[in-house]
Amino acid sequence: MLDKIGIAKRLAKELKDGYYVNLGIGIPTLVANYVPEGIAVEFQSENGVLGMGPFPFEGEEDADIINAGKQTITTLPGASFFDSALSFSMIRGKHVDLTILGAMEVAENGDIANWKIPGKMVKGMGGAMDLVASAENIIVAMMHTNKEGESKLLKRCSLPLTGVGCIKKIVTNLAVLEVTEKGFKLLERAPGVSIDDIKNATEGKLIIEDDIPEIIV
Amino acid sequence: MINKEVANVQEALKGVTHNMVFMLGGFGLCGIPENAIAQLVKLGVKGLTCISNNAGVDDFGLGLLLQKKQIKKMISSYVGENEEFERQMLSGELDVELIPQGTLAERCRAAQAGFPAFYTPAGYGTEVAEGKETREFNGKMYVLEHAFKADFAFIKAWKGDAAGNLVFKGTARNFNPIMCGAAKITVAEVEELVPLGTLDPNQIHIPGIFVQRIFQGINYEKRIEQRTVRTKS
Repeated sequence: MLDKIGIAKRLAKELKDGYYVNLGIGIPTLVANYVPEGIAVEFQSENGVLGMGPFPFEGEEDADIINAGKQTITTLPGASFFDSALSFSMIRGKHVDLTILGAMEVAENGDIANWKIPGKMVKGMGGAMDLVASAENIIVAMMHTNKEGESKLLKRCSLPLTGVGCIKKIVTNLAVLEVTEKGFKLLERAPGVSIDDIKNATEGKLIIEDDIPEIIV
Repeated sequence: MINKEVANVQEALKGVTHNMVFMLGGFGLCGIPENAIAQLVKLGVKGLTCISNNAGVDDFGLGLLLQKKQIKKMISSYVGENEEFERQMLSGELDVELIPQGTLAERCRAAQAGFPAFYTPAGYGTEVAEGKETREFNGKMYVLEHAFKADFAFIKAWKGDAAGNLVFKGTARNFNPIMCGAAKITVAEVEELVPLGTLDPNQIHIPGIFVQRIFQGINYEKRIEQRTVRTKS
């Protein structure tokens, strides 16, 4: 089974040279720490920065330079700042090559729910709805099951949707899966995790073809 | 030069009254119009509708207006980090409209640019699109969203001049430029009001035509919401 770092390391393998990438809050944020050697990627944050760097050294933080998680950040050479409309032009206009975000539920038809639990305080969708409605290449990073042990890979989402038919790939603590027209196609399994473990943790239709290799991180 | 400079925040907020609709720049606490918010608290105007990406924290930003129960409705994309907000929302005292961040931005920009409405893919098939016109373009579905209408836009910029020209710094830019000229009256507060002619026209982010009033802001706190650092090793 992968931990959060393991999931982030596996996700980092999805980065390709020349990609502009938007990372959501949580596990996706960690991906920035594991960019493969020898490739150039730039991270976009929807509050208005492209070319994000690491957190600042203590004493060098600047209240005017933050990411979408409101954390203080730095910028790398070649970085740029812009307004929120231009930021979402990058997103809706498909100029951002890869979006990685978290989810509460993903359905076998590619629907995603990640912003609202009825009866609980709703904080809002932020930029998630714009991201999932627009990006061509969206990967969900999440735990395979929720805290109650229930599957988060469902036939249909039970929670209010963030977007419809938009998720293409999922990386969880148990597996890497592709969302196909037929259902969740198992691509890789986490070290020490059996096919049955994945079957038991997946409510939606699981497609298993050929041998399923172990995730290498 | 058409002079937009006013002496202080009191003069800048002349005409502000109850039940108005305001746009307020900022992302979290970054780039918020601190002086205008403080003055709105002093004025005690109530029944306000505030269009702002976030709602501040309990004791800063729009949280200050929430504490005094001056806000009737918030239009935002994300409203975490604020217990008083949560209390008022759950008790029904506060009306909250949550909309996708890119839609929020574009509804500002549309108002600025003179577009009554636009189609966006964001929110299609979700509760955000309920009751809204949808339409297919090139095989993909879109939702019709309308430009905002507001009485005042409160903007925070880094530098500005008496002509109303503005320059922003870092990610404090966010919603500020696109709210300029998107309301009936745009009020800009700046950290540095510089002498006319010192801003390079090539480097101006917002031309003064979008700004009706500009003033030298004071006592900026510029609070950091999530201080994250790494240690030198």
